[in-house]
Amino acid sequence: MTTAPARIVGLRCRACGRGAPLGPTHVCELCFGPLEVAYDYTEVAPLATRAAIEAGPTSMWRYRMLLPYEAEEAPVSLGEGLTPLVHAERLGEQLGLRRLYLKNDSQNPTNSFKDRVVSVAASWARQQGFQVLACASTGNLANAVAAYAARSGLRGLVVIPDDLEPGKVAPTAVFDPVMVRVRGTYDDVNRLCSELADRMPWGFCNINLRPFYSEGSKTLTFETCEQLGWRMPDEIVIPVASGCQFVKHAKALDELRQLELVEPGRPPRLTGAQARGCAPVATAFERGETHIVPVREPRTVARSIAIGNPSDGSDVVRLARASGGVVTAVEEEEILEGIELLARTEGIFTETAGGVTVAVLARLARQGRWSRDATVVAYITGHGLKTVGALEGRTRVPEPIPARLRAVLAADPGGLLEAGQPAARRAAG
Amino acid sequence: MTLHFSPELVGEPVIHRLGHQFALITNIRRADVSRDEGWVVLEVEGEADEIERGLRYCEALGVRVDPVEGELAV
Repeated sequence: MTTAPARIVGLRCRACGRGAPLGPTHVCELCFGPLEVAYDYTEVAPLATRAAIEAGPTSMWRYRMLLPYEAEEAPVSLGEGLTPLVHAERLGEQLGLRRLYLKNDSQNPTNSFKDRVVSVAASWARQQGFQVLACASTGNLANAVAAYAARSGLRGLVVIPDDLEPGKVAPTAVFDPVMVRVRGTYDDVNRLCSELADRMPWGFCNINLRPFYSEGSKTLTFETCEQLGWRMPDEIVIPVASGCQFVKHAKALDELRQLELVEPGRPPRLTGAQARGCAPVATAFERGETHIVPVREPRTVARSIAIGNPSDGSDVVRLARASGGVVTAVEEEEILEGIELLARTEGIFTETAGGVTVAVLARLARQGRWSRDATVVAYITGHGLKTVGALEGRTRVPEPIPARLRAVLAADPGGLLEAGQPAARRAAG
Repeated sequence: MTLHFSPELVGEPVIHRLGHQFALITNIRRADVSRDEGWVVLEVEGEADEIERGLRYCEALGVRVDPVEGELAV
């Protein structure tokens, strides 16, 4: 147990509401429900003003007063957050939306949203005297943990299944964490790490550091509203893996409203996006239930969100329903088309999880879910270079031609000869 | 651990058997079981090997067994 600053009350169980002292623990002793960081908002309020936030660092740490870190020492940061909120005019035109925005979190230091959560976990772990920052992951989380461990001076530990392709190991291995390859499936690795977290004094981001780690997710929504001029959008489309991120966006909106940081108005509808090949949350939503039936064998290109037994799945269903949102799943072809559509119209290359988000956005827009003037935001949580293999065989490579002007003009690639002159040149001519 | 019961298994006294056939003490902490399916968050006390045997028994029956916190990332 540690001494908490006044603004942080302790931990609280999301299922039964029972409090717990602040510490490296993640489940309620009474009901085994998930623990969350609880704040005293009367203490937070004087710190959380628009002016203070806008004068803060140009990273997600401008929201430090709403994060569980209170050391004098600077947090462990690589400049994560405050990523661009892009007004997607060309994609919006195709989808009939004048106010479509993309929160491009692929612009984070290790090119995914995970930098936000790991930055908080690493900062808290270092402050508490942990020497090891660990995770069970095969992708973006492992990448971020390895990078932030290197940045902070903590030892990084990444536990992975042994069948992981070398191409996926290299981008994490370069940060020189300790890597443990386990003979078994990802489920086996996950279970093993739970046991390790019980016995060893190590900080596992997705296990005993989870209440702190997950708080970092809120900053994505804080920034979105700030970048919209402290206004809330009408709807947010969010990829759903464990559902942890989704739940924290709801918490972020509650906090923004409670602290009167955003203009008054109806809170956004929260809509979840999943791949049909691993859609336990969308399936529960469609069936009108909250019980999540785990998917034993996820089958989708969107591996970074293919979680068969999502920790917060039931809460996602409840929150989506309560806000007026939906949880929708899309097919594999739609995911790849989503990646291509986003790249073609906005110049943003996203990973397969982003393809899922764009595909759900496109499907709902075509079904007429939104009026033309609705403000819709989609969270793009990872860069396309992470899953470039998913597009294999889909890109057209033209036949080579001789290096002669006549050959280019004769080939007329893509009908470019039809393209008009720039206005300035036309006027001069 | 969290046990997930499919429609075929929801009528089976799995937790009872876990306490009788193995040297384990079971305690239900949270649950949501309907006529067709459900989940139970179960506290299990016993020797590590015995817990492992009990866990394998459940899985052999077709019950999905997960750590209590579920999965957070892949």
